[in-house]
Amino acid sequence: MSIAIDSMKCRGCRKCTTVCPGSLIELDENKKACIRYPKDCWGCASCIKECNFGAISFYLGADIGGMGSKMTVSTDGDLLNWQIEKTDGTKEVIVVNKKDSNKY
Amino acid sequence: MKIEEKQILHTDILIIGGGTAGCYAAMTIREHSDYSVIIAEKANIKRSGCLAAGVNALNAYITKGHVPQDYVDYADKDADHIVRQDLLLTMSEGLNRVTAKMEQLGLVILKDENGEYVARGNRNIKINGENFKPLLADAVSKLSDVTVINQLNITDYIVENNVIKGAFGFSIAEKKAYEIRAKKVLIATGGAAGLYRPNNPGFSRHKMWYPPFNTGAGYAMGIRAGAEMTTFEMRFIALRCKDTIAPTGTIAQGVGAKQVNSLGEVYENKYGLTTSQRVYGTVKENLEGRGPCYLRTEGITEEQDDSLRKAYLNMAPSQTLKWVEAGKNPSEQNVEIEGTEPYIVGGHTASGYWVDTNRETTIHGLFAAGDVAGGCPQKYVTGALVEGEIAALRMVEQLDEEKKETQSEKEQQLLEEKVKEYDTFLQNENAMFTVEQLEEAMQKVMDAYAGGIGSHYQFNEKQLAMADEKIRQLQTLAAGLHAEDMHELIFIYELTERLTVCRSVIAHLGARKETRWHSFAENLDYPEKSDEWLRYVNSRMEDGELKIIYRDLVKKGETYEHSN
Repeated sequence: MSIAIDSMKCRGCRKCTTVCPGSLIELDENKKACIRYPKDCWGCASCIKECNFGAISFYLGADIGGMGSKMTVSTDGDLLNWQIEKTDGTKEVIVVNKKDSNKY
Repeated sequence: MKIEEKQILHTDILIIGGGTAGCYAAMTIREHSDYSVIIAEKANIKRSGCLAAGVNALNAYITKGHVPQDYVDYADKDADHIVRQDLLLTMSEGLNRVTAKMEQLGLVILKDENGEYVARGNRNIKINGENFKPLLADAVSKLSDVTVINQLNITDYIVENNVIKGAFGFSIAEKKAYEIRAKKVLIATGGAAGLYRPNNPGFSRHKMWYPPFNTGAGYAMGIRAGAEMTTFEMRFIALRCKDTIAPTGTIAQGVGAKQVNSLGEVYENKYGLTTSQRVYGTVKENLEGRGPCYLRTEGITEEQDDSLRKAYLNMAPSQTLKWVEAGKNPSEQNVEIEGTEPYIVGGHTASGYWVDTNRETTIHGLFAAGDVAGGCPQKYVTGALVEGEIAALRMVEQLDEEKKETQSEKEQQLLEEKVKEYDTFLQNENAMFTVEQLEEAMQKVMDAYAGGIGSHYQFNEKQLAMADEKIRQLQTLAAGLHAEDMHELIFIYELTERLTVCRSVIAHLGARKETRWHSFAENLDYPEKSDEWLRYVNSRMEDGELKIIYRDLVKKGETYEHSN
């Protein structure tokens, strides 16, 4: 379980470095976010929710059955748009309304 | 590298840990007083603690037709009577009050056409808790004279004559050490994960149920300061979705999925339905050749699939990713389950500080709430809020009663000493081992000799003795570690905290000479349970050694108060 950061999209705004509950993300010498200890990531997705530029995605490690799909999320008002991009290029979007309670 | 800046701060109340309990305590203090508050938070309060990804339901709530005593009875039964009835009752009485407050802060709670909360089972209500922690953090940010210091790692209490005086810590962001002098201190840190070898020991080692950043700091500080602790032998092992270690309750309760073995047989009734029995049954089915085990979701509707995928995105998104990645929804494939590594966590079991009903510990002026407070299992999120509230009210009351005290003159000298300790690690260039190596060694020892996953959660006295010996060796080695920077310095302290907690867990497991809870504390030398052990196993560190204290149960209608 870890995250991947696209340095082309990162603007160095530090929102992810601030929010990470493990303080695992830092800015590198080019002022781009990087995860210092990829193995230490809990997979809570806090950072991908904070990022306004879609620069961070998360994936499952191969040791827990990951096959390379990447998950990102963008916020649109009350909506959280979760997007999963598989290695074959197909995408699936799941929209969750923050105002809707879980059914379970 | 060394510490370059030292700062001494003064506050009326210091809250260590800006999680659920800590944030709620700060809100309560401000509602009832003008006392100054500092919250010392290791990460950032916006998403720190257990609720980073969110929480799916409120699991402790007094639903319509029930009374607080019903909740006490449930928790008492689940823990096979090793609980504090007085703590459970005072917690249960506040559950609905704090829930109403959370709704005011913006928490979405599902209601029926009459405006009443919709229950999930007997004690749970349905919410959208993805933003639970940001709601709390936002409320705290609006309070006057509550200073949140993020990325400040507290390492030790300052205690004089068994009275709390404050705490020491260091910043992860700057080369800076702190001495925070306070009249009252609330310890509201998390429990301890990472003591045992985890389910996924390789790349995904931190894909665990409990936050890997909760390293038992609060327990360790209390143990070292001589606070009395209780029930560390009641470990918590969660039944979870395999690999992602995502919660199973949402599936089990949400769509009524039963636990089945590989033959398709429902086995949960065979072993019992308490939390520990559900784990034990799964272990047994595997040992007897009927694994893997699953939650039977095949055949649920598409609508249920959709609801489950969304529910998991609001608390454990990796599980939804797993379903999508596999191209199979739960309706098409049963969800494989496994037990986690054992954790020490007072929000689920009864491990933690030995407190009175005001949540004051045996150190005067030091209070405990949430996962570090013992005796009150199944408190979950709402129970942690209530404990924060109870502790806050009593701290305010005590401050009202006491006159202003003058500051001790020894302050600066104490910080100097502590900084020397931090600098030793920062400047030690000849370290033989790394934190990672010693952490791995600790987890291997606990796994093999103190009832980890690899030993099917079982142990005997000889194994415990070996575990203790090896953990002591690791404590010696940990003193010679090196930190490149402030972040690595945190890792050293986290390892040290875990080793301290391991020693207590081992001592407690050995002191309860029965098997009351399968898997949680399965002592092969004493495989049966006995009424003789209807008592608490407590401990206190004296001169570096743990002394075991047995105490009588606090039963229904009784209230425990500290006697000194």
